[in-house]
Amino acid sequence: MTALMTARGLELRFGAISALDDVALEIHPGEVVAIVGESGSGKTTLLRVLAGMMPPEAGQVLYRGEDVHAMGEAARRRLMRSDWGFVHQNPRDGLRLRVSAGGNVGERLMAAGARHYGNIRTEAAEWLQRVEIDPARMDDMPEKFSGGMQQRLQIARTLVTRPKLVFMDEPTGGLDVSVQARLLDLIRALVAELGLAVLIVTHDIAAARLLAHRMLVMRHGQVVEQGLTDRVLDDPQHPYTQLLVSSVLAA
Amino acid sequence: MIEQGYNFGYLDENTKRMIRRALLKAVALPGYQVPFGSREMPLPYGWGTGGIQLTASVIGPDDTLKVIDQGADDTTNAVSIRRFFHRVTGVATTERTAEATIIQTRHRVPEATLGEHQILVYQVPMPEPLFRLEPRVAETRRMHALADYGLMHVKLYEDIARHGAVTTSYNYPVMVNQRYLMSPSPIPAFDNPKLDRMPALQLFGAGREKRLYAVPPYTPVRSLDFEDHPFVPVRADAACVICGSRASYLDELIVDDGGTRHFVCSDTDYCASRPPLQEDAA
Ligand SMILES: Nc1ncnc2c1ncn2[C@@H]1O[C@H](COP(=O)(O)OP(=O)(O)OP(=O)(O)O)[C@@H](O)[C@H]1O
Ligand SMILES: [Mg+2]
Repeated sequence: MTALMTARGLELRFGAISALDDVALEIHPGEVVAIVGESGSGKTTLLRVLAGMMPPEAGQVLYRGEDVHAMGEAARRRLMRSDWGFVHQNPRDGLRLRVSAGGNVGERLMAAGARHYGNIRTEAAEWLQRVEIDPARMDDMPEKFSGGMQQRLQIARTLVTRPKLVFMDEPTGGLDVSVQARLLDLIRALVAELGLAVLIVTHDIAAARLLAHRMLVMRHGQVVEQGLTDRVLDDPQHPYTQLLVSSVLAA
Repeated sequence: MIEQGYNFGYLDENTKRMIRRALLKAVALPGYQVPFGSREMPLPYGWGTGGIQLTASVIGPDDTLKVIDQGADDTTNAVSIRRFFHRVTGVATTERTAEATIIQTRHRVPEATLGEHQILVYQVPMPEPLFRLEPRVAETRRMHALADYGLMHVKLYEDIARHGAVTTSYNYPVMVNQRYLMSPSPIPAFDNPKLDRMPALQLFGAGREKRLYAVPPYTPVRSLDFEDHPFVPVRADAACVICGSRASYLDELIVDDGGTRHFVCSDTDYCASRPPLQEDAA
């Protein structure tokens, strides 16, 4: 199976800090890959570089064989609108707070050329239902929603155009534990149903175990270990991964 | 006669040349906002300094100028701009749409169909149609460059979701030549269809914002809408009390303390050129 996205030799420094140090990875269609690692290890930076939001100093990101950072902004934005999705940790960064829930979901449809109001609404209502938001709240502003609802709305807004590859940066980050669990279940169900490829950053080893086929462990901008999720968690090779796994078990 | 001490059209020749170059670019890229070095004019911003500079750059001794404000030739703004140009060019002025070769306007498009020999110059306060939705200028530029106008449709969507219809009745956004989103200036949405494939050249000038743009003759101009909520050019459902027109855009007048309302044509020349008090057959 050919990779959907391939990255190699990624380097990026912020002053003396090496945020990405010779990072390589592949992601295949329908595959969920988790990125774990301590704070400051370069996880968000990696997502942003992969999604074309920030250029690396060295290395390449290929999406279906095309160099993401060489393709020009118009082509990259087209990918962002059609093939990719980005779910931010803070739903406020990924939503338009002064646009209704329905408008938030409809935006990507309209950006993709949808011009039938009734169809846009029907589809938005369907997606609200899928992420367990009552479609009766379609015309409410997301500001009135709880954090968990806002995050589900952000997911609906991202998935409505059926992207092939979705980047998620700690999507359950700021939420209560019970809300986190529910959101993870929802993400897992949607990912399986839609056959999405997902690159998900998480602090949460249990979440990685639940969702991901494979995982990457990052430290100081390097990928210190990667492999099938069960293998990495049950038989960690790198001392840092061993520490990470044991600290979770101890907690 | 030109008043002593002024260059023809008030602006110096270099400035006019600079503006003409910008206008040529604007004509070549219909709907695209071209920056220009807007000059200080002997009128405050908001009085049409953008439109005045464009008029000054395209006017010649053989032109006949008409100036309207909200459709009327006799408002303070229209009168002072007309006088200004008469003083600094000596050209003939007129209130008759058909006789004018250049019409400078604020907030209206004349009712009469314009011809190829005419130029319509709009005064524009805010040239950026996305400014209420996206305050970052760099971002709006990127949106234009990539024709990324989904956000404008989100605004229309929100209007319909909240009010059942698009509530924008002035400055209703248009797509020019299927490429650039454009503000038609604060004309009533009723006037939008007149911009579409108009035989006259249309020029738009924003003095404070230092931008100009153009719609060349016969260019397609489409008001944004949804397939199932098509654009409707709204007009008060009434007849002009002076000429009886049921086709023209009307201004509403409160004529007594009891709040009695009358409607009259906003385009005074159109109204005056019709036979009086002939109510259209229903
Ligand atoms: N714009 C920036 N300017 C300077 N330094 C930055 C910038 N962005 C990130 N860094 C630094 O690069 C390193 C990697 O940051 P990054 O945000 O990718 O980490 P992270 O793994 O996502 O951390 P967290 O788990 O806290 O979100 C950190 O040391 C961070 O301080
Ligand atoms: Mg981060």
